[in-house]
Amino acid sequence: MRQGFSFVAALAAVAVSAGTAASERLVASLSTHRVQVTSNFTGEELVLFGGIETDAATQPRRSGHDIVVTVAGPRQTAVTYRKERMLGIWVNSDARVFEDSPAYVAVLSNRPLDAIASSETLRRLQIGLENIPLLQRASVNIAEAGSDDPFRMAFIKIKSDQGLYREVSNGVTFLAPTLFRASIPLPADVPVGTYEVDVRLFADGTEIARRPAPFEVYKSGIEQTVTTAARDHGILYGLTVASIALLTGWLASVIFRRD
Amino acid sequence: MQIYLPIAGLTVNIFVILAMGIAVGFISGMFGIGGGFLMTPLLIFLGIPPAVAVASVTGHIAASSMSGAISYWRRKAIDIALVFMLLAGGIIGTAFGVWLFTLLRAVGQLDITIGVSYVLLLSIVGVLMVIESVRAIMRVRQGKPVELRRPGSHMWIHGLPFKLRFKRSRIYVSAIPVWGIGFIIGFVGAIMGIGGGFLLVPMLIYLLRVPTATVIGTSMVLTLVTMASATVMHSATNHLVDALLALILMVGGVTGAQFGARAGQKMRSERLRLLLGLLVLAVGIRFAFDLVLRPENLYSIRLMETDT
Repeated sequence: MRQGFSFVAALAAVAVSAGTAASERLVASLSTHRVQVTSNFTGEELVLFGGIETDAATQPRRSGHDIVVTVAGPRQTAVTYRKERMLGIWVNSDARVFEDSPAYVAVLSNRPLDAIASSETLRRLQIGLENIPLLQRASVNIAEAGSDDPFRMAFIKIKSDQGLYREVSNGVTFLAPTLFRASIPLPADVPVGTYEVDVRLFADGTEIARRPAPFEVYKSGIEQTVTTAARDHGILYGLTVASIALLTGWLASVIFRRD
Repeated sequence: MQIYLPIAGLTVNIFVILAMGIAVGFISGMFGIGGGFLMTPLLIFLGIPPAVAVASVTGHIAASSMSGAISYWRRKAIDIALVFMLLAGGIIGTAFGVWLFTLLRAVGQLDITIGVSYVLLLSIVGVLMVIESVRAIMRVRQGKPVELRRPGSHMWIHGLPFKLRFKRSRIYVSAIPVWGIGFIIGFVGAIMGIGGGFLLVPMLIYLLRVPTATVIGTSMVLTLVTMASATVMHSATNHLVDALLALILMVGGVTGAQFGARAGQKMRSERLRLLLGLLVLAVGIRFAFDLVLRPENLYSIRLMETDT
């Protein structure tokens, strides 16, 4: 009996000591795991529902909970060019290759990132557009550019203008103290592939729980057929397009024949 | 109605593309040209990547020159021998153009090359056409008869060896300039996404002295073959031909061309040439602005092909 009591006490002590690290658990679910891009696809909004599970041992948080959802799209290699004036016209001169950069990034949170954690923490956890890792290659050497690198900043700006990179500080809404909802905006030209969703729970400026929730964007129907054919059977595809062209031209001359 | 273009990778309004096809088709039917020099820039201004625009427009031009070529064939206004000789140079020019296109794209200088080529070619051709047509209009105003002489006197071109006789056009010229012209048209067409009709017709008239009766039909058949082969070559090497985009443009283009051809027949030919010259010049100037003005964003991104 005495032994049993001390065991419970020990357990409680462990729970208390771990309280700052792991007493809350995250659950998250997406409205769909497969997004289909069809011929009339004009973008979609994916909804992520999540809950924070607490138990009796959970300590109340002074500042409440914060959620940061990071969505990273399929990896692409992209070249960023800088134009310079040469002989009066603007020509691409300098270039950087961004190796395996995410084609899509959305950082959603319930309030501004700098209010959730210190910039030091955000940098360490690679949270926010300012801190996402982007490997760039100048010619032979690969390096991760600092967040103030002009090519990196330009890359993020262009991606943001295209709606493919975004940081939404009110993208997560708390429906109840332990229940939240995040909407992931997917623009019309969203690249196909696997998307990683990383849900992080913050309290008092530190990360206390994390949960992944991947989804997939895929083309279907005629789009997929066309893309695959163009890539894998180039000559056949070209012959088909050329034949369709000749056929269309011939049809037109038959339909509109006047003599 | 929005439609997703699979190769261009963006969603566009199908009616906007169709309307552009009809409008450009109307102009091309009116002037007897392919209209690629208008279609490619319009697509680029719409946000379609220049490389995809150039590659896809080749299919559109093939379709519109096909319908034109058939009607000229019925009128027996095509010099087949001349077409074959031009083609010998044209196919090599197209292959060379597609090769250079791929190379320029790899080093990131494709868009600027397309831009500079448009400015140079369109301003030069536009100015020449305006000058020539204004002179013709003034001659008509002064009551002088329209010149009946075949333009171009006896030039060095006519002293070259390998002379061939082209029966239907009733000309006797060296094969070298014929191959050369074919090569230039094929090359320019592959790089710029134009059929080159507005270049070929004056070259045939002024350099080879091909009579007007056969010049347009011959030019259309040449355009048809070079553009159809450019479609195949662009598909095989760069995978940039958007079949959906090309199809919408074709349907719009061939429809518009029929109405344009009827409108064109009601206008005096020198006025028609002046209008076309001004149009060519305007597109050239529009491109020049893009090159010279400081771009809003000095940076641009190009995705590398994924090797999956």
